[in-house]
Amino acid sequence: KDSFDVDVAVTNPEKIGQSLTSLPMFRGKAFSVRRRFSDFLGLYEKLSVKQSLQGSIIPPPPEKSVVGMTKVKVGMDDPSSVEFVERRRAALERYLQRVVSHPLLIQDPDVREFLEREDLPRAVNTQALSGAGFLKMINKASDAVNKMTIKMNESDTWFEDKFQEVENEEQQLRKLHAMVDSLVSHRKELCGNTAVFAKSMAMLGNSEDNTALSRALSQLAEVEDKMEQLHQEQAASDFFIFAELLADYIRLLGAVRGCFDQRMRAWQRWQEAQSTLQKKREAEAKLLWANKPDKLQQAKEEITEWEARVTQYERDFDRTAMTVRKEVLRFEKEKAKDFKSQIIKYLEAILQSQQRLIKFWEAFLPEAKAIA
Amino acid sequence: MMEEAKEETSALSVHGHNIQVTEVLKDGDTLTFLIVSPKLSGTGEYHVHRTYEDFEWMQQHLFSQEDVPGIQGVIFPPLPAKAQANPSAKVMKQLGVLGLGEWQPYCKALEAYLQQVASHRVLCKNKAVEIFLTSSDPPGKQRVKKNIFNRLSQAVEEMRKESHKDVDGFFQTERDQNLIVTGCAKNAAERFLDVMQTEQKIAVACGHFSAALHLCVEPGEDPDKQAFSKVCVKLSEVFDSMKKNMMTVAKNNVNTLGLGLDLESRYQEAEKEMLFRRTCKLVELESARRNADKAKPVKKAAMEEVKKAAETEFNQICGVAKEEIAQFKGIRMAALQQALVQWCEQQLLTAKESADQFNQHLQAFRGMAY
Repeated sequence: KDSFDVDVAVTNPEKIGQSLTSLPMFRGKAFSVRRRFSDFLGLYEKLSVKQSLQGSIIPPPPEKSVVGMTKVKVGMDDPSSVEFVERRRAALERYLQRVVSHPLLIQDPDVREFLEREDLPRAVNTQALSGAGFLKMINKASDAVNKMTIKMNESDTWFEDKFQEVENEEQQLRKLHAMVDSLVSHRKELCGNTAVFAKSMAMLGNSEDNTALSRALSQLAEVEDKMEQLHQEQAASDFFIFAELLADYIRLLGAVRGCFDQRMRAWQRWQEAQSTLQKKREAEAKLLWANKPDKLQQAKEEITEWEARVTQYERDFDRTAMTVRKEVLRFEKEKAKDFKSQIIKYLEAILQSQQRLIKFWEAFLPEAKAIA
Repeated sequence: MMEEAKEETSALSVHGHNIQVTEVLKDGDTLTFLIVSPKLSGTGEYHVHRTYEDFEWMQQHLFSQEDVPGIQGVIFPPLPAKAQANPSAKVMKQLGVLGLGEWQPYCKALEAYLQQVASHRVLCKNKAVEIFLTSSDPPGKQRVKKNIFNRLSQAVEEMRKESHKDVDGFFQTERDQNLIVTGCAKNAAERFLDVMQTEQKIAVACGHFSAALHLCVEPGEDPDKQAFSKVCVKLSEVFDSMKKNMMTVAKNNVNTLGLGLDLESRYQEAEKEMLFRRTCKLVELESARRNADKAKPVKKAAMEEVKKAAETEFNQICGVAKEEIAQFKGIRMAALQQALVQWCEQQLLTAKESADQFNQHLQAFRGMAY
């Protein structure tokens, strides 16, 4: 049982050949490897296949974004493609951090291989995760599962209630995310307006023949330029801290729904086995009357086999249900902590911004007073 | 004897610099403004209610003072555009910053206008001003005859006179300078309006986010659920603070620099109007001179009279204009300085208060269990 803390950082995105590679790095163990974006998707594929009947919440990878990627490939150095690269880097880092902080996943050999192995074989079949990708996949699976019915017993209410909560929360987070998007776009608009205004004040200052007034107006233009910078940073903060946090959790809640589905599938497998066993027993009963000793022997063997399966699948189902419960509780704890720490980061950034703003105003005041 | 019979126009009985527009009342479609003017002698104030039409009445009287020599050389304090109780989009666009903030900036602009008129050494002598500020009845509604100052009525060919070459270097320079500054000031006022309107949008967006966070609060005793609910509630408070901060920043902008740039833009425009009137007079004078020179002996004397009258009037205008320009420079500097200093002081105060607020929020979050 490993208990060492793993710190993962994704740094220095580079453009190599056709795709962006990043370097996940262990701190405390000097490991550094190059990975492509498709490698991250490949890791997710492997984990979700392996863990599929376990009931774990598999952290979802960041979405591919065809538009953003094309711009980067073409080599455009404009702010939006720089932003795209940073956005992807931060998202991959968060993804890895969630993977390594999961007590089960950190022990998974595929994860170890991803973090340590020098040359990773190229991941294939990551097309399924392109475009609207991940959530589409989850939703399709969910629909299939919903068609099943499940008998109600004590522990089932917990699962039904939780599932409903998760769905509600996902809707709320979507609304919040839309609002943050709107806020970010207004802030960017403010940046643009501020820059244009700064220019107009510079022009007014230049056209002014009184020296003191001209100087004050030019200083005003400079203050506005600095404010534009602050607005940019604020917009980035809103985006990278909040919008991405909410987007992550919307996808994570999708993953939570995914693990509920896993429990359903485990139950279904158990139920199907029970029904198969029932059929076998009925077949045996028929054979008892038909007096065919060979076939009877075979039937008895099959019954034994299926009895074992039923027992196994029941155990699997119970284990999966337990895992789902544990995972959901762990998720909720992490969620509160995650949000809290991001908000603290956000507030620290705002505070810093305000301090700088205060300095700008304090510097400008004597200039304004000097006009008379 | 004639002089004794003539009613002497006295200066005002109020403190011109302390006139205030304290309230605006909405009655259906009409806006009425409460104007308070401190009495010069003794204590007490005049309280009068005036509509925009009353302002226009006074303005028309000021424009039509043909008996005042060189009146066309006066830079008339600019009256803000008409405000309506339920303004159309066109009216709002015309008003610019004055259309924001529930008519408070508009009142301030009217106040500035009245102070400027009441402190103007030529204009304050007009009876209409005294009546406007002190009469408890509404001032007269009679339409004054159409005046020469309404630019909109000027024919298109008059506009060509705007670029007519001047005979006086001082005025040519002033005209050139004014043209540039008028354009820059108008542009700056409009760009600043964009800034203020976007700030308001951000405030509204923060408000929505704050309200939506409350919907994420879930009932139940599960400690982890409670922790998250608490986070949402506290975050909602943060965004509420952000909304309030942004609203105050926008309000400061409107009340100081916004109003300042708006006044500068309109006052430069008023100077432009005066310089144009003078230029038109110059064109008239040059034309009169040519006519007098070319006139046949029969008409010569009459043409000479016309020429002399034009010269006298033009010189009077130039004299008044020179004084007005000097005054204007002082008024304008003082107004801009006040706008900039107040802007800076108010924003500095708001920034400090905000920083405190956010710091409190930060401490609250850090102090939260786990």
